[in-house]
Amino acid sequence: MSYIAKPKFHHPNLPRNSLGLTRRDYEGAMSTLCAGCGHDSVSAAIVEACFELNLPAHKLAKMSGIGCSSKTPTYFLSKSHGFNSVHGRMPSVATGANLANNELKYIGVSGDGDTASIGFGQFAHAVRRQVDMLYIVENNGTYGLTKGQFSATNDRVSLGRKGQKNAFDSIDLAAMAIQLGASFVGRGFSGDKEQLVPMIKAALSHKGFAFIDVISPCVTFNNHNGSTKSFEFFRDNERSITATDYIAPREAITAEYEEGSVIDVTLHDSSRVRLRKLDANYDPSDSAAALQHIMKHEELGEVATGLLYLNVEDTELKEKMDMVNVPLNSLGVAELRPDNNKLESINKSLR
Amino acid sequence: MIVNDFVIKFANVNGSGSASANALFAKAIFRMGVPVAPKNIFPSNIQGLPTWFECRVNGNGYLGRRDGIDIMVAMNPQSWDEDIKAILPGGYLLYDSTFIREIERDDIKTIGVPLTQLCNERFTIPRERQLFKNVAYVGALTGLLDMDFDIIKGMISEQFRGKDKLIAPNIDALELGRNYALKYFDCPLDIRVESSDAVGDQILIDGNAAAGLGCVFAGATVAAWYPITPSTSVAEAFENYCHKLRIDEETGKKKFAIVQAEDELAAIGMVIGANWNGARAFTATSGPGISLMSEFLGLAYFAEVPAVLFNIQRGGPSTGMPTRTQQSDITACAYASHGDTKHILIFPSDPTECFDFAIEAFDLAERLQTPVIIMSDLDLGMNEWTTKPFKLDETRGFDRGKVLNAEQLDEVEQFGRYLDVDGDGIPYRTYPGTHPEKGAFFTRGTSHNEYAGYTEDGSVNVRVMERLVHKFNTAKELVPGPVFGQDTQGSTMGLLYFGTTAISVPEAMEMLDERDIKIDTMRIRAFPFSKEVEDFIDSHEKVFLVEQNRDAQLRALLVNECEIEPAKIVPVLNYDGSPITAKCIVDLISEALGKNTEQVGSNTVAAE
Ligand SMILES: Cc1ncc(C[n+]2csc(CCOP(=O)(O)OP(=O)(O)O)c2C)c(N)n1
Ligand code: SF4
Ligand SMILES: [Mg+2]
Repeated sequence: MSYIAKPKFHHPNLPRNSLGLTRRDYEGAMSTLCAGCGHDSVSAAIVEACFELNLPAHKLAKMSGIGCSSKTPTYFLSKSHGFNSVHGRMPSVATGANLANNELKYIGVSGDGDTASIGFGQFAHAVRRQVDMLYIVENNGTYGLTKGQFSATNDRVSLGRKGQKNAFDSIDLAAMAIQLGASFVGRGFSGDKEQLVPMIKAALSHKGFAFIDVISPCVTFNNHNGSTKSFEFFRDNERSITATDYIAPREAITAEYEEGSVIDVTLHDSSRVRLRKLDANYDPSDSAAALQHIMKHEELGEVATGLLYLNVEDTELKEKMDMVNVPLNSLGVAELRPDNNKLESINKSLR
Repeated sequence: MIVNDFVIKFANVNGSGSASANALFAKAIFRMGVPVAPKNIFPSNIQGLPTWFECRVNGNGYLGRRDGIDIMVAMNPQSWDEDIKAILPGGYLLYDSTFIREIERDDIKTIGVPLTQLCNERFTIPRERQLFKNVAYVGALTGLLDMDFDIIKGMISEQFRGKDKLIAPNIDALELGRNYALKYFDCPLDIRVESSDAVGDQILIDGNAAAGLGCVFAGATVAAWYPITPSTSVAEAFENYCHKLRIDEETGKKKFAIVQAEDELAAIGMVIGANWNGARAFTATSGPGISLMSEFLGLAYFAEVPAVLFNIQRGGPSTGMPTRTQQSDITACAYASHGDTKHILIFPSDPTECFDFAIEAFDLAERLQTPVIIMSDLDLGMNEWTTKPFKLDETRGFDRGKVLNAEQLDEVEQFGRYLDVDGDGIPYRTYPGTHPEKGAFFTRGTSHNEYAGYTEDGSVNVRVMERLVHKFNTAKELVPGPVFGQDTQGSTMGLLYFGTTAISVPEAMEMLDERDIKIDTMRIRAFPFSKEVEDFIDSHEKVFLVEQNRDAQLRALLVNECEIEPAKIVPVLNYDGSPITAKCIVDLISEALGKNTEQVGSNTVAAE
């Protein structure tokens, strides 16, 4: 595997967004993942979302750990800085980056091994601190990069490639995130762009910790019969409980829905999410109900997807820490260093 | 009559409120202008176990630890026997004579003050009765040692300003002890304190507070840490000083962020993330934390991200002696992480250097784009030292290193994050968000080419690894250089030392001089070693290297990095968890030179 630059040739008729950029401007280097890997579709969804949101790519930073999934930030947004850190430790690096400059948007990409095992602690604490970022887990139930060991999100009933049984119950990261206090929690499927792109757009517009568990099948090690993270199994057993429309700040809402079947939520940047409830008695602002829903579906052998929980009231890290509005990395000697008189009076107090 | 030259030790029960009274005593001596070195010897326990406060008073400014106690204030029945034994022949025992105790030594002088009885008679609340016993023995000492009573009374008023109700009972308690001593004993004793001007403009502060303050003046804005003795007070000091010095006047908001992380891995991860993003960030930890941070340190080394760490070393290995001092993390820090990795170490030897080197460390980390570890220790970090006042060079800005802004990027044809443009091994970096089109790169711990692209091409990796060595060599000229003990070298023998050993060296040299042993000295202040260090070793036939660890770790580093003939460097080691004494240095050197220490004239004070 080596670093392959994508040819930067532009078709003159490619659609442009309000920044005058095409989708190609949001792409990255050529992917070196296996052909058909779910992770590549997630990268494509991120590209699409950023393009549609008219985001200046350099005002976004990509953070990741280690794994096939964590490699993907090279394959999208080549004009953004990226940080491929160490296995399971992306949350802390993202937290530090966020403290230094919270004017950038942060996309963290991780795997189920990276997040649910080695990095479980860091994940929990980034959620708890409400770090302002989008955290995506590309969940394939396996350790792709180390060739197919069970991960902690692999369901108990799910068999290994050679029919091996899994002795332990799986960790549901979306349920975990809700319980830990993430203010935006969704679940998507790499094979369902219609659902995933608006959810990513909403998550990027949300202030606070936005988590999306994306079921992203590993075609090489976990896409067989008997796996509950295969394309086929997931297509058959996915149950969307909400459909998300993302409505940009000044965009008009055209479609009309029946009373009570939609919930509109205004995000911090005055964009809106319109949640069409596919399950009539679902309330995405109620964390306990959200958890119940997830568990109810799990008992039926199904997987609840869609925007599962949304809370726009909670504050994010910077506010919680009562920090100044300007990014800390923009402060210089004049703002940061007390003068000599201050130091002299400290000396005096120590005599 | 001994004036301004003694060691006094207070034996207390942990959690009994003795700490502030003992500190009051030490500070009063300092205020009288007499150099003082207080040391807390405390257990890894919150309440109940024995704790000691040892205080060396020395008019000549010899403030390294010294064995042998001249005055023991024995307030803890648990450690009574051990405490009595520690008193030098002819020394004093001050104890609470409310209780009858057997004292099995007839070569010491005893001073019984009925502290419990006096306090029970004067105070009614049980907690006060307990607390004021401590203040009362300090009062007795002011009489016995002829200390300036106005100074100590003034300190009480200062300390309780705003809580004025507490002033009178504290002074009351002081007088209780003092008056009893003056009435029943022949004051002053033949050991006493006399006002002096030996302190000059020096200050009394612990190294961790100095380090925390240094970080404020260095422009650090992010601190991420996980509590561990003896480093915790670095973060706490940073926080305290930030609250005084770094609140935005207009908004009342913080120009800093301090995160108590979930563990040391997260702490260093946050530090790396913040530095990567252009904020000055640091962590403070001790040995176990360094072990946990190792993987990340390798990432910062290889991906070339600045980071500042304070390692307040304690006794190892493993959890070791968490409340005792050592210099035993040298190897672990110099080569922290797998693969060919090395890090810059700086060795402060007093609180003033903790402050200065904090400032220095951020400049170095950003200039060299790599972690810098400040190697303090428990003795320096958690004890107050008589030390030179802090100075700030206001003409000096922050050296943010080679960072390209948008205009500079416009002028660069093709930005290469890891290109050695200037030939010093240090590439240029950019902060995220700088330029819409240029300068973005992918930071990774995987092997990369000069443009930060992933590579598995071995020759490219070799090129990058060699540039990192080149950069490390550049560092030799940037790190704090060594300090010589003499203007011109005059001996065939040299002595190298570093960190807190410095406090004992001048005294050791004087003692060696008395034995007609002449040695040139040099204090190492950083790794990588600058050329002067190699030259010093080259120009001496035999070199002693004093360290506070078992394995002579700095010696190994010198031998390894400078290709020095191992036999040339003679280790002088102390690793029992107490700070090294001048006598220890002298004895070990004498022994190595084949001179019988007893014959040459015994230790300084123990024989007096
Ligand atoms: C400290 C450490 N231990 C082990 C590894 C080896 N390793 C690399 S990726 C990986 C698992 C990745 O699984 P996941 O996060 O699910 O990513 P995927 O490849 O499935 O996308 C492991 C164990 C490592 N890089 N670092
Ligand atoms: S091994 Fe699996 S996860 Fe990794 S690239 Fe291939 S398909 Fe994707
Ligand atoms: Mg995986």
